[in-house]
Amino acid sequence: MTDRHAGSGLKSRGTKTLQDMNYEAPTSVEAAVAALAAADDEAHIFAGGTDLLVQLREEMIRPSLFVDIKRIIETRTITVDDTHVRIGAAVTGAELSEHDTAKTLLPGVVEAVELIGSAQVQGRATVGGNLCNASPAADSVPALIAAGAVAQIAGPNGLRVVAVEDLLAGPSRTNLSGNEFVVSLDIPKPTTRSADAYLRFIPRTEMDIAVVGAGAAVTLDADGICTASRLALGAVAPTARLVPAAAMAMIGKKIDDTVLASVAAAARDACNPIDDKRGTVAFRIHVAGVLAIRAVKIAIERAEAK
Amino acid sequence: MNEIKTPRGGSNYQWVGKNTPRPDGVDKVTGRARYGDDMIVPGMLHGKILRSPHAHAKILSIDTSKAEALDGVKAVVTSADIPDHPMAQPPYPPIVNDFHDISRNVMAREKVLYDGHAVAAVAAISEEIARDAIKLIKVEYKVLQHILDPREAAQPDAVVLHEDLFTYGVEPKPTKPSNIFRVMHGERGDLNAGFAEADLVIEREFSSQPVHQGYIEPMACIASTSEDGTVELWTSTQGHFVQRTLLSKLLNMEMAKIRVTASEIGGGFGGKTTVYAEPLAIRLSQKTGRPVRMTMTRSEVFRATGPTVGSKTRIKVGMKKDGTITAGEAEIWYQAGAFKGSPIGRAVDTFFSPYTVANCKAAAYDVCVNRPKVAAYRAPGATMACYPMESVVNELAKELGLDPVEVRLKNAVKEGDESLMGTKHGRIGLVEVLEAVKEHPHYKAPLGDNEGRGFAVGYWLHGGGLSSAAVNLMDDGTLGVATGNPDIGGSRSSMRAMAAEELGVNVELLKPIIADTGSLGFSYLTAGSRTTFATGMAVVNATREVIDKLRALAAKKWDIPVEDVRWDAGQAIATDNYKDIKPLSLKELAGMATSMGGPVAGHSEINASGQGATFCAQLVDVEIDPDTGFTSTKRHTVFQDAGRAISPDYVEGQMQGGAVQGIGWALNEEYIYDDKARLQNTGFLDYRMPVASDVPMIDTVIIEVPNPNHPYGVRGVGEPPLVSGPAAVANAVENAIGQTMSDLPLSPPKILAALHAQAAGDD
Repeated sequence: MTDRHAGSGLKSRGTKTLQDMNYEAPTSVEAAVAALAAADDEAHIFAGGTDLLVQLREEMIRPSLFVDIKRIIETRTITVDDTHVRIGAAVTGAELSEHDTAKTLLPGVVEAVELIGSAQVQGRATVGGNLCNASPAADSVPALIAAGAVAQIAGPNGLRVVAVEDLLAGPSRTNLSGNEFVVSLDIPKPTTRSADAYLRFIPRTEMDIAVVGAGAAVTLDADGICTASRLALGAVAPTARLVPAAAMAMIGKKIDDTVLASVAAAARDACNPIDDKRGTVAFRIHVAGVLAIRAVKIAIERAEAK
Repeated sequence: MNEIKTPRGGSNYQWVGKNTPRPDGVDKVTGRARYGDDMIVPGMLHGKILRSPHAHAKILSIDTSKAEALDGVKAVVTSADIPDHPMAQPPYPPIVNDFHDISRNVMAREKVLYDGHAVAAVAAISEEIARDAIKLIKVEYKVLQHILDPREAAQPDAVVLHEDLFTYGVEPKPTKPSNIFRVMHGERGDLNAGFAEADLVIEREFSSQPVHQGYIEPMACIASTSEDGTVELWTSTQGHFVQRTLLSKLLNMEMAKIRVTASEIGGGFGGKTTVYAEPLAIRLSQKTGRPVRMTMTRSEVFRATGPTVGSKTRIKVGMKKDGTITAGEAEIWYQAGAFKGSPIGRAVDTFFSPYTVANCKAAAYDVCVNRPKVAAYRAPGATMACYPMESVVNELAKELGLDPVEVRLKNAVKEGDESLMGTKHGRIGLVEVLEAVKEHPHYKAPLGDNEGRGFAVGYWLHGGGLSSAAVNLMDDGTLGVATGNPDIGGSRSSMRAMAAEELGVNVELLKPIIADTGSLGFSYLTAGSRTTFATGMAVVNATREVIDKLRALAAKKWDIPVEDVRWDAGQAIATDNYKDIKPLSLKELAGMATSMGGPVAGHSEINASGQGATFCAQLVDVEIDPDTGFTSTKRHTVFQDAGRAISPDYVEGQMQGGAVQGIGWALNEEYIYDDKARLQNTGFLDYRMPVASDVPMIDTVIIEVPNPNHPYGVRGVGEPPLVSGPAAVANAVENAIGQTMSDLPLSPPKILAALHAQAAGDD
């Protein structure tokens, strides 16, 4: 096959055809790690495929190997214990949104996942895939960061744990090494009077990609004072980012309009967006503040209702 | 669901005006309907096009040798395989089909003129090999400065796309080439006197962006050629007869040797009225001796097929305190794209046409820029001229404290008035449309916080022209109704209804089909809202010929003069003089036809005229999110004179579809280029057409003021709803935020910036 292209000037990835691509579907974490270890660096983890297959079709990638992780039980289950909600990396959006406990405990994470793609895409698209595709505009990611999610990562040296905000390196880039993959996401189980929310801005009402996304989680005490808070933004920087200054503005206070104005200011300060086909710098910065306020307000309403 | 107002009394029709099961419905919902890409021919190859990455560049060389050497590649074509043609010379018709340009648009010759311009094409045994092969074609370019804005391109020192293009219609004759192909004018009355008479004059500038038709089916075709010179082509098109004409002239082939079959079509909206890949597929098939299929990707559709024009406008309108429009002056620059031929005549005709403006002047410039050559889009050329005029009329009415609908009624054109391009109106329904708006509950419904209501009215003169039809009676009394117009908006249903009405038999006995170019007389495009009007007339004629033959058959059977046989309710009936002759039904006559003389069929080939103007008004309520600039369309009502709605549910669908496209045009749709003029949003994800959840249920009020020149009173309905849609939506946004907006699309960043500027001004 390669001979026929000799001297053609095609880039190396272009010399591969679909016939050269291999597919494996291991049934254990260890077998998946072994498959990755044996492959070259053009192997891809394959979960729902809703990003990967499009990239393949658009010739953005020509993988040597797809490692399908959907037959590994740990990637396909949602478990809830006393301290955590664990969402398998290959759990689909539709499965998550039909999981009543997850929906009750983490409404912000679930509503973010539900915004990915369309009803059809929801049947395939996975939480882990949305994270590892590493789009700065991924809807689930700010919600996961706000909720305090950490990724369970499998590799040749066993499991390691990384906070979601530390997993992302840049557009389409993670800090995973070539033979690692995300098995599941662990999210602390919200306590009483603790809740999350996610909002995004798109110029339409669905079937679009976030121009700005904002995830918020708040914990209130009996007097309505904020005791813990996390705010995260998407689509306003190379990666989704946590905004500690917004949390600082809220913690220890009753969240009134003055506090919310500080939250918006902190959110806007954290923005480092670009002008592109989806939005302008000025618009993204302004709307980040607007959505930060609105997401925090929804999280407070939910926390108060508990 | 649809409300039908027939001011001059209802009809007693049995099938015309009734909703019946769609003749194309079952195959479309089961997926059996065959679209352009659904045809598979044994031995077929797959074609792919190499496209320019540059917006404007000289082609220095093309080396196809490595692509040709790749296993599985069967042929490569470049502009050397497409005949060249001399430039068209004046006098120019309203739509110039210049084969000099068409040849260069389907395959770049000396230069590439837009990102996505075709440079070469390959046929291979698989799509994958074809895709790999085009990457092996080496093209050397010399990149040139590009230009995208029509007003900049119209400047004397602008970079020129065509060294051989000299502006036509200006004196003295230019000696320097220009991007302006021609200027069209219309004028009447005394402009200075008109403006002097006005109590208020408003002058504003506007712009609009090119928008794509967004048909859901990308272009797809398959060409199969024979050593004897014949060509069979299957393609997704709005006019297979026009395809035949274009291909015959472009490729220097005899028309009779080209047989084109129109596939089922997944939308066109004007975009599928010319040739793109078809001539390349034919050439690749001729070179290989095998059928070649070519299907564009969505990205190719956006980069390389024609959207409608973008525009810049300057307009000045004067009004008296009583609402009388005394004068109007407008200039508009249309971006034709890479080659001349934007619909500037329609711009001149549209500006002032709903109104009896005594003094007015309009000029429109056809300007080439480094974008894909424009194609028709649903009322081509009218929408961009309607938007500035309606905006200024609304602003004048507001400033003078007048009701916007009353202002239109005061100035409304009526029978006997003339449009600026000289169309003398027959019976038209603008007043009836406006009265229906006033009576509608939407007009006075209360508005909530951050909401605004918009109103606009649009004019469209639909098409007539060349159409053919055949009606074939079968032995069992069923009938085939064949026309040469691809069905993009329900024409099969309407043809069937009109034929059934003439015959007086159930529509279910008639099977409407689209015949190929070898089987019927010439039929012009399904475009210009002409099909139900023009082709409908041919169907009525053909059906009447069948009826006359059946009367003759009955007369022969009864041995009485044919004048003594009339046709009524599906049967031949002898006049009252023959009391004991029992009527013969269509079915009985069909059964005896072959043994009593031969098959019964009727056909008609016409040049339909007598089309009338159509008016469409729209009321739109929007809500603006003041913190984000997001616009939500809350309520939308479309009022349109359909003449006669042959198939009301399709008419309603046309009105709703046009309204939705207008919402997209007004709010979000635009082409986004990088600094090298490469298109960035080549898919529906980022080319933001409305999705279903973006629009409210769109109410329709069908007004029926029949056109006396059509047997059933039909006026074209497909295009008018897109004439006034963007203007109405933009006006609603203006009223919601309390300031004028002049630059479509009114996307959230623009609205937010306007709100911030307003707040800064208030401080």
